[in-house]
Amino acid sequence: MTFLQIVFYVFSAILVLSSILVVTVRNPVRAALFLVLAFFSAACLWLTLEAEFLAITLVLVYVGAVMVLFLFVIMMLDIDIAQMRAGFANYLPLGLIVAIIMAGELALVMLSGEFGDAELPRPSGHGADYSNTAALGKLVYTDYVYTFELAAVILLVAIIAAISLTLRRRPETRYQAPEEQVKVRKEDRIRIVKLPPRPEKRS
Amino acid sequence: MIPLSHYLIVGALLFAISVVGIFLNRKNLVIILMAIELLLLAANMNFVAFSHYLGNLSGQVFVFFVLTVAAAEAAIGLAILIVLFRTRRSINVQDLDRLKG
Repeated sequence: MTFLQIVFYVFSAILVLSSILVVTVRNPVRAALFLVLAFFSAACLWLTLEAEFLAITLVLVYVGAVMVLFLFVIMMLDIDIAQMRAGFANYLPLGLIVAIIMAGELALVMLSGEFGDAELPRPSGHGADYSNTAALGKLVYTDYVYTFELAAVILLVAIIAAISLTLRRRPETRYQAPEEQVKVRKEDRIRIVKLPPRPEKRS
Repeated sequence: MIPLSHYLIVGALLFAISVVGIFLNRKNLVIILMAIELLLLAANMNFVAFSHYLGNLSGQVFVFFVLTVAAAEAAIGLAILIVLFRTRRSINVQDLDRLKG
């Protein structure tokens, strides 16, 4: 067994175990942390497939941003775990049957001999001077440039949608009104009073 | 060496586990969102594996776009979740019957 095989089997075992724990553990915070572990081991598996840029992106974007967002939301909400778990055992048999059928069908296709070592051998891999990021960047900025811009628009829409959904004006909070502050003129604030000169005392 | 089918089987197992997760946690909207993230990860795993074994980088570009869309989906989904919790004080899926669907 080579080193690469050991790495593959260890990380895929961690990935499958942690994803099982994500869907079965009681506490949503722990589920989010196990999801972090699952994403991290998936990134390590992608490293064995020479997809270095995507592996680092997965760690940065998912573990660094999306999962932190999940954890923030879970901790801000006051979730009644006991009520959420009601009916957990009722759905277990049906879910297991569906999953076993689905995994069995997929395994039948994948073990049919089309994707074995003889039909599709593992490529020998690139040399040390090959840059996965540069190759991906060339492809993204030439062949897929419109799709890339579309992805940027999708992210913009997501930002605007998330902000406008959660924005809430509280009537009891006092806000600054910069437009009123800028519009103010001297006459609104200052009143010039003409005072009669005080008569000087004569000695 | 590791054949392609082993990577595909890991992806298939992930997919099945996340579908079970949607079945099991039918009340908890947060766990359902996490299961959807796992489902997308399973699909991405297949894309990356095929991209490496076929020597075609387009699969990795596609994974890049799937990651973008998944991040947008998570952001909007969690925003909807927060608005829902503010109005109903609950994230139970069975309480969401206002549209009478």
